[in-house]
Amino acid sequence: MEDIAQELLNGSRLALSRAITAIENEYDNATAIMKKLYPHTGHAYVLGITGPPGAGKSTLTDKLAKEYRKQGKTVGIVAIDPTSPFSGGAILGDRIRMNSLTLDEGVFIRSMGTRGSLGGLSHKTADAVKAMDAFGMDVIFVETVGVGQSEVDIVKAADTTMVVLIPGMGDDIQAIKAGILEIGDIFAINKADHDGADKLVTELNMMLDLDGVMKEWRPPIIKAVANQNIGVTELVETFKKHHDHIVSSGQLTQRRTERTKNEMLDLLSSNIGSYITRNIVDTGKIDKMVEDIKAHKIDPYTVVSEILQNMLK
Amino acid sequence: MDKRIRVLVAKPGLDGHDRGAKVVARALRDAGFEVVYTGLRQTPEQIAEAAMQEDVNVVAMSILSGAHPHLFPKVVDLVRGKGMKDCLIIGGGVIPEGDIPALKAAGIAEVFTPGTPTGKIVEFIKTNVK
Amino acid sequence: MSNEKIQAELEKYEANVAKALAKFPERKNIPEQRLYTPLDIQGDDYADEISFPGVYPYTRGVQPTMYRGRFWTMRMYAGFSTAEESNKRYRYLIESGATGLSCAFDLPTQIGYDSDDPISEGEVGKVGVAIDSLADMEVLFDKIDLGKVSTSMTINAPASVLLAMYIAVGEKQGVPADQLKGTIQNDILKEYAARGTYIFPPRPSMRLITNIFAYCSKNVPKWNTISISGYHIREAGSTAAQEIAFTIADGIAYCEAAIKAGLDVDSFAGRLSFFWNAHNNVLEEVAKFRASRRIWAKVMKERFHAQKAKSMMLRFHTQTAGSMLTAQQPNNNIVRVALQTAAAVMGGTQSLHTNSRDEALALPTAEAVMIALRTQQIVAYESGLADVIDPLAGSYYVEAMTDRIEKEAMEYIQKIDDMGGAVDAIEKGYIQKEIQDSAYKWQMDVESGAKTIVGVNKFQIEEEPPKGLLRVDASVGVKQTAQLHEMKAKRDNAAVQKALTDLKTACEDENENLMPHILNAVRTYATLGEICGVMRKVFGEYEAHVSL
Repeated sequence: MEDIAQELLNGSRLALSRAITAIENEYDNATAIMKKLYPHTGHAYVLGITGPPGAGKSTLTDKLAKEYRKQGKTVGIVAIDPTSPFSGGAILGDRIRMNSLTLDEGVFIRSMGTRGSLGGLSHKTADAVKAMDAFGMDVIFVETVGVGQSEVDIVKAADTTMVVLIPGMGDDIQAIKAGILEIGDIFAINKADHDGADKLVTELNMMLDLDGVMKEWRPPIIKAVANQNIGVTELVETFKKHHDHIVSSGQLTQRRTERTKNEMLDLLSSNIGSYITRNIVDTGKIDKMVEDIKAHKIDPYTVVSEILQNMLK
Repeated sequence: MDKRIRVLVAKPGLDGHDRGAKVVARALRDAGFEVVYTGLRQTPEQIAEAAMQEDVNVVAMSILSGAHPHLFPKVVDLVRGKGMKDCLIIGGGVIPEGDIPALKAAGIAEVFTPGTPTGKIVEFIKTNVK
Repeated sequence: MSNEKIQAELEKYEANVAKALAKFPERKNIPEQRLYTPLDIQGDDYADEISFPGVYPYTRGVQPTMYRGRFWTMRMYAGFSTAEESNKRYRYLIESGATGLSCAFDLPTQIGYDSDDPISEGEVGKVGVAIDSLADMEVLFDKIDLGKVSTSMTINAPASVLLAMYIAVGEKQGVPADQLKGTIQNDILKEYAARGTYIFPPRPSMRLITNIFAYCSKNVPKWNTISISGYHIREAGSTAAQEIAFTIADGIAYCEAAIKAGLDVDSFAGRLSFFWNAHNNVLEEVAKFRASRRIWAKVMKERFHAQKAKSMMLRFHTQTAGSMLTAQQPNNNIVRVALQTAAAVMGGTQSLHTNSRDEALALPTAEAVMIALRTQQIVAYESGLADVIDPLAGSYYVEAMTDRIEKEAMEYIQKIDDMGGAVDAIEKGYIQKEIQDSAYKWQMDVESGAKTIVGVNKFQIEEEPPKGLLRVDASVGVKQTAQLHEMKAKRDNAAVQKALTDLKTACEDENENLMPHILNAVRTYATLGEICGVMRKVFGEYEAHVSL
């Protein structure tokens, strides 16, 4: 494929797929692709979906995507699953819940493993979203498991973030409450036909009350049963409300400014990181430096200053 | 670079016996591959499209129902038709020896029959993936 | 000998063992103790836990005379290609001394699609016979007297439709429904958990099942309305204890659904039957069969307060383990099947299917099927294993293992209860995950050599590719589709439409029993795909839970 970015912009799905691979695998052409795509981004509405394992996020994403398709919108989905820290491999199993979307030409689904890269995931995810955005997707879902720090970083890239919870999680909700209160614009209580759904709604409400700070947007709590398509339309309406709210309150601009800043800093530090890997670690220079420092021939502060100076030359 | 071998594990056709497919999926994960598992009852069209969207290096299919002479070649044609020229396509399941030459001629890179250790599949992929 | 004395002797023995071990190291990877003694079964009260054949808790068998009366039913699972071809195989089996039929259907039939559906491409007639309508069913049982034969049908999601077709064939032969004998598998929960041929979500599926229970208890009283199957759970890779635990948990879910639908437990429980796997480890399998009977009896008595003895009896069909057949040195499979047969017989099965040596390669040839059937006959008539009831009772090892499997299974059942029952445990993916973990462990043990499979990871030889395998002609799909179109042109299509509309209305009313409506539709020659299509529209389709 000669010019992946151009072919992507011409509507080639294979080019979109190859572009994401270039981003994911940090191929040399990734930066060039992103440079060319960047002017075409900024149109999509980005939805972050997170929550504990087994909450039914993929099924819910599947139904929400179908709802958007009914409205004539095109949909991109980035589904992230954890990479095994032992083998470096991953089972990417979200797609199985979305099999009926596979042959819909208005939908593109891509599964990604976290690959344990140091802070690189959020930047890779953001670029994958940009590629789908440039391709022309109207709505892009970023689905990720759990509410750990890297997930928080990922959903920060979203315009609206939905946290999916289910009844019967016991004390888990206490453990994750700090995280979810911070990032949830909308809470979906999935499997709401199971016992304990009302109790969970009450608990969440109490937590949101205790949150104290008066906010312009109080996160709504929506009950859903994804596999029976219950609550899906309401969720899409709520997304719209949230979208309208952040547009009219100026928050969207504010969020996107913040995001641009974060992404730039991310890009910067990941580039610095790879510069160091390439020039200091992979070349073996580091061993000499470490030896010299250990022998007190030189101090680490000077070494680092010199590296930085060389880099900026 | 942070490259991983990506494999789509799929069950084409209607057969519900996924013990082998699941064991292989896990073994590939444990070998450090990224495995996109698409589950049961996938049509050749769905498999090819998913392979393209996921830009996988390998499509691994399992059939125990005897529908392989029809379904395996169809998947090969559709995957190639998507422009996935380098994608390695392999198959496994209850497949009589006599059927294998025709499947290979149709573009199935290798056929793994019952009793194959998962390590052999991992090795094959590592050696042959482009 | 008193327990103290045995204990003292055991200690002496252990000291001897220690000396022997210094000279002769033992084989590794054997999970069992080296030796069992009366100390291992001291907790067992004979009356409460073991008792007599035909007496609660039925550990020793459900009938008082077992095979002293008559042998188990030798039931060979068969079916492939068209109804016409399968009919020939059935008649061949009956002439060879098989005492019951067992129908295998192709995958489109099992999932409720007609042979001309695009999704059926390549699958028609492959793993079983293709049945599109009553017309095919009439051919399948041509010259077979439904008043005499007992027929087992491996059909689950569309079990109601196939049963209706069988009833309709009976009507045409002049055999009233209350004379029909046989079994439908009708066990949807294990389809979700292990076998994969589901159609509808759990709720409507459970409704169909309870509809069948209710309909049959009035109209087809000799029919076994369900065969609650551990076989496929084991094939998917579970352990012996998991096989019976997950299956009995499914059984509990069916009972609860039926009771919730207003049925009295004793009105349907006597027609429930089970289906177990006969795996390689002979003694473990015997213990498993015995433990399953004891658990079910206790569940029915203590949990569901069944009154009738029949409600507490776990009757079961057995099939030898297909997943243990090897493609390598296929003749070795004859020996495996013989040992598995011995286990099933010593475990007191009510009927048995023996696999053929070539089934890891393809569908079995007639010759291979004959050997498999002969294996049962040799065990029955020559081996002596069927001469004494529950011959392994009292073995320290077998009794201890029966206890152990019961305990392990009960722990699983408790865990599943805590999750809200089998349906919830399946929807959470718990049962699937447990099975997959066991399957993966098995595979890794084989690959590491911790487990030996003769001819596969030890004692391999170079062999020629096997010859003379059965091949299903690729033209079956074309032929079947042509016949279907011909039939559709001939039938009264207005009557079909009316019956299907009635069925749809009935589906929408949760309190309506669907069986009479399905039977009406079947009589008009509405196809399986059309009938299931109506139900798909109303009920929706199940989406699988996978967590690897």
